[in-house]
Amino acid sequence: MSQDIYPQLKEIIKPYLPEDVNPDAISHESHLVTDLNINSTHLVDIVLDVEDAFDITIEDDELDKMETVKASIALIEQKLAAR
Amino acid sequence: MTKEEIVSKLPYADPFLFVDQITEVSQKHIKGHYTFDETSDFYRGHFVNFPVTPGVILLECMMQIGLVSLGIYLLRDKSFDLRGNSTVAMVENEARFYKPVFPNEKVTVVSDLEYFRFHKLKSKVKMLNADNELVCSGIFSGILKPGDE
Repeated sequence: MSQDIYPQLKEIIKPYLPEDVNPDAISHESHLVTDLNINSTHLVDIVLDVEDAFDITIEDDELDKMETVKASIALIEQKLAAR
Repeated sequence: MTKEEIVSKLPYADPFLFVDQITEVSQKHIKGHYTFDETSDFYRGHFVNFPVTPGVILLECMMQIGLVSLGIYLLRDKSFDLRGNSTVAMVENEARFYKPVFPNEKVTVVSDLEYFRFHKLKSKVKMLNADNELVCSGIFSGILKPGDE
């Protein structure tokens, strides 16, 4: 399942990367804020895009579960399984 | 919360308060107005011999009515005190200007909420002049965070 989520998540993240961060820098281990330099407001945009793309709802207190690519995939999988 | 209370909770004061009155407010929408006083200091320098309201001031006015005032209303049940420990910051504005605003002109700002989630408020904001002509429109967003979080 995560094989399908990863490329989709990567495409969602790409437009929010700062100009000086290469999209190739995205990996499973990437921390969105500290590694990829995505600011906190773009993090919100990513969460909203993820909700739309996967048709899931992420609660306000779950934002901190999306700190890394890996953790985001786990959260998306969990949401998809619970549907 | 009354419309007057919203204005009284704004964290701005002269010479940087650009809200006279809020006239409509709901969970998704806010409308308010402001009249630019010809004695405002920035007219002395923008421009020399030709006073026009600076675009950044128009953006500030749109932000104060369209984002901050709306946010104060939406957070009315939270301990959201911008004169205390709560925070507000502009993060994005994508604006287009159509008409100049001259001294003593009254402008109306209308804002329609796109979303307010994870402390980020994003809204479509328009500014109209007294003849109801579009002065500026854009998509604005800001972070509004109550102090207890």
